[in-house]
Amino acid sequence: MITVNHYMLLSAILFSIGTFGVLTRKNAIVIFMCIEVMLNSVNLTFIAVSRHVGNMDGQIFVFFVMTVAAAEAAVGLALMIAFFRNSDSIDVDDFNMLKW
Amino acid sequence: MENLVQEAIQNVNLQAIMPSLVLCVFGMVLLMVSVFSKRGSTTHVAWLSIVALVVTGFVSLSGWNNPQAGFAGSVLLDNFATFFSMICLVAAGLTILMSDDYLRREGFPVSEYYPLILFTTAGAMWMASGTDLMTIFLGLEVLSVSLYVLAGFFRTQTRSNEAGLKYFFLGAFSTGFLLYGVALLYAVTGTTKIDGIAAYVQANPASAMNTMFIAGGLLLLVGFLFKIAAAPFHMWTPDVYQGAPTPITAFMSAGPKAAAFAALMRVTIVGLEGLQSELTALFWVLAVLTMTVGNFIALSQKDLKRMLAYSSISHAGYAMVGLVAWNEIGLSAILFYMLVYTFMNMGAFAVLILIGKKGEDNLTLDGIAGLGYKKPILGVVLTIFLFSLMGLPPTAGFIGKFYIFSGAIKAGYIWLAVLGVLNSAVSLYYYLRVMVQMYFKDPEEDFSWVTINVPTAISIIISVVGVLYLGIVPGSVIQLAKLAGF
Repeated sequence: MITVNHYMLLSAILFSIGTFGVLTRKNAIVIFMCIEVMLNSVNLTFIAVSRHVGNMDGQIFVFFVMTVAAAEAAVGLALMIAFFRNSDSIDVDDFNMLKW
Repeated sequence: MENLVQEAIQNVNLQAIMPSLVLCVFGMVLLMVSVFSKRGSTTHVAWLSIVALVVTGFVSLSGWNNPQAGFAGSVLLDNFATFFSMICLVAAGLTILMSDDYLRREGFPVSEYYPLILFTTAGAMWMASGTDLMTIFLGLEVLSVSLYVLAGFFRTQTRSNEAGLKYFFLGAFSTGFLLYGVALLYAVTGTTKIDGIAAYVQANPASAMNTMFIAGGLLLLVGFLFKIAAAPFHMWTPDVYQGAPTPITAFMSAGPKAAAFAALMRVTIVGLEGLQSELTALFWVLAVLTMTVGNFIALSQKDLKRMLAYSSISHAGYAMVGLVAWNEIGLSAILFYMLVYTFMNMGAFAVLILIGKKGEDNLTLDGIAGLGYKKPILGVVLTIFLFSLMGLPPTAGFIGKFYIFSGAIKAGYIWLAVLGVLNSAVSLYYYLRVMVQMYFKDPEEDFSWVTINVPTAISIIISVVGVLYLGIVPGSVIQLAKLAGF
């Protein structure tokens, strides 16, 4: 029997994988994908909990999260393209113009 | 089904989102206007944006003392929201005034810039009026996504690209934490409404000590603390502030920060009231850490934009002192301080915009040597803003700090106030160093490239008047801030 706890556990694992990926990966696109994994683990939590407590708030929240993630993807990829045009790289180690 | 639709329509109450709605409509119309404008002509869009902000300001003011709730209790346009909306509108207006000439100088006269500022402001206003974590999240994202674009607006300059990307990655990362926090709070309480969460905790006091509830609350706070650039979530601030176009830097340090404070205040004071003693202890540490980190790293900065970025971190620390106090004085002091900070910081940035050359490589401590003799008026004006940032009378910065620290003392946090004042003393050093460069060094350059243009001059005059007015006769505005508190 799969209960809400299993979903919570799964989404916690997904969230941790995403966080770990953001902190360790070097390629900007992979980091961006890790952030998407984090957002989708949140979506999973919302849907599972929404089903569990029996109101629709969580499922509506998921629509907003998906919309926002799409908008963020558009802006983020555009920024990456702009950076790539100027420096021929999307490696985060090359984000090194600004530092103290 | 029919009933549900009826009920939903009755719950809408467009009045509650009217200010941001007006601003969004203006923004979309202006996007179309920019499409049909000649390439490179931006001035008319700038002035139309100012009109948009003024109209929104009047619409927003009509909500004063006339609270409107709407959308099934997920939006509440009360005095608190109106006060913060006015701060954001003032910040946006000053930004637009100082932008037009700057964009032409830097070779990017692109008019989409102005609608983006309007959308950012609309998002900030949603954040201030949101009473549901869903609305606050949406406001935060409308604000952030537009700001990512604005930070990376100079798309052929690697520095601006890098600022935009850094802001984007760290912003999206912190959004993930914020959302997971909301999800955990939802899992415990079964609602995302702020007052619903508070009511649940009141009904089940044991739940406030539930691990999942505490984890959710903390993750939620991470998202807001990131936006207000509190230590230890401040790492993005100096890089983004330095690389972004200067008017956007000024805007980021005032408008969005005020909005994030508004959301943070509503979430903690109303929603997480059950954790008050734990949260004040946490904010105590964070406030001290934030101001100390900001001030001490600012001491070693040579680049003026970067120095002001660290100064902005330390000011977020001062404002958090009001949150630690958690009383009427402390909370209304945050509102007052955010307004004061908008004037003094944006004024300082406006002066920097005027003295910068194309590319702004001369905005360093050495680059402004002798400015006070070559351009006496700009020197005096910058001095006024720096005095206010230091917190010296008769400027607004003094009243703001005094008011905030007196809230902390009233709540019994003597040591916090002492540390705050000591920190202000440290900050004297790096602000005074700018003045030493201006007045006690021989000019190496003649500053012949500095030309005063009318819009930027207007924004500087407004800021000077604001700083002096709030510094000399603050009574009426403090009264308004008190009415706007909870």
